[in-house]
Amino acid sequence: MNKFTMDDLNLYYGNFQALKNVNLTVKKNQITAFIGPSGCGKSTLLKTLNRMNDLIEGCRITGKVLLDQEEIYGNMDINHLRKRVGMVFQKPNPFPMSVYDNIAYGPRTHGTKNKGRLDDIVEKALRDAAIWEEVKDRLKKSALGLSGGQQQRVCIARALAIEPEVLLMDEPTSALDPISTLKIEDLVTKLKKEYTIVIVTHNMQQAARISDSTAFFLLGEVIEYQGTEALFSLPKDKRTEDYITGRFG
Amino acid sequence: MMRNRFDEQLELLNQELIKMGALCEEAIGASVKALLDGDKTLAEKALAIDREIDQKERDVETLCMRLLMQQQPVARDLRQISSALKMISDMERIGDQAADITEIAQFIGPDETKDLTNINRMAKETIKMVTDAIDSFVKKDLDLARYVVEYDDVVDDLFDQVKADLVQLIKRHHGDGGACLDLLMAAKYFERIGDHAVNIAEWVEYSITGVQKDVID
Repeated sequence: MNKFTMDDLNLYYGNFQALKNVNLTVKKNQITAFIGPSGCGKSTLLKTLNRMNDLIEGCRITGKVLLDQEEIYGNMDINHLRKRVGMVFQKPNPFPMSVYDNIAYGPRTHGTKNKGRLDDIVEKALRDAAIWEEVKDRLKKSALGLSGGQQQRVCIARALAIEPEVLLMDEPTSALDPISTLKIEDLVTKLKKEYTIVIVTHNMQQAARISDSTAFFLLGEVIEYQGTEALFSLPKDKRTEDYITGRFG
Repeated sequence: MMRNRFDEQLELLNQELIKMGALCEEAIGASVKALLDGDKTLAEKALAIDREIDQKERDVETLCMRLLMQQQPVARDLRQISSALKMISDMERIGDQAADITEIAQFIGPDETKDLTNINRMAKETIKMVTDAIDSFVKKDLDLARYVVEYDDVVDDLFDQVKADLVQLIKRHHGDGGACLDLLMAAKYFERIGDHAVNIAEWVEYSITGVQKDVID
């Protein structure tokens, strides 16, 4: 089942066309990876999926992006869209507040005030993000005192706390050490049971390890999109082959 | 050009496979000489070549493991390395079978083989198959790999002819079936060497196309 459907999607920053006729579907409860050299449009496309580009001046979009068949650039309430489609960034960016408040921030904004209910949400989100055991005794301390890998999992927990349907991840492990990276990869693989995940990564082995489908981008175009195993073992397009084998990029 | 180091390592892998292939050719050459010329001194040489082939197998294996570990190859690079790993097993068997033929040759005199030109031809054709199979890998030549697969029929036909020759030989020399059976064994080893060359060529085909030959074929 398709969670996202992109139809002839074009995106312009002023006169520069960053995405060209993108036609892609993101399947529900799967991990979809976007790969490609810097500036190929993969992060731009990721941000398009929860309208993070709206604030960029001169950004113009044509074509359609459907979330469960509903056009997200139509009448959909943007706060509602971002509740359904959460995002985790490259650099861990916890708010300068306690671990607890980081996680409770979203649910509070969306109207949950009951202390007991918030406690439950915080615990569940931290457990789902595989960080509960490490922070349960320091919930009231600043999240900034945690390690980079822990901060990133707190950020994932923060995204999970508002119970999104989709998690967008923009190079979520590129600032982390190998152990933290493996923890996040493990976590992402577990999360796909309940969430649909789209991940942008520069780490080809990561895409090969964790994703179900992979799209290769070049100069704003989707060059190839197919099952991850097929793409990494027998790519159809020579440009994909050259990129994944390190012959250019 | 990016990835110079990786390309150098892949080139080294090719060179090692060429050397291993050359050793196989040498082993088959020695075995047929021992068989047809009755040169008993070749037994030791054949064993030495076989040991060298075994060592080469280890070396190539180590190189492939290092490439997998260091470069984490994908797509055609991955296929090239995994094919190399499979091919060296076939080459190692070729070395063993050539050594077996040389061993058999110790029990056969040149008189018994003087009329058996077809065994000599089998040896030549299998050497050609092995050479072509390795060549097709190094040059990534799909047509040549497929040619090797087809060429197996030539060796199979020669095997049938050798069988027929041996039947005639048994009829002419009443009572000396032992040497004929030994010769039949030798011919069968040559036929098996042809099969290993086919396996190598099929791995080359996989390495280039990514499609594995159907088991039923």
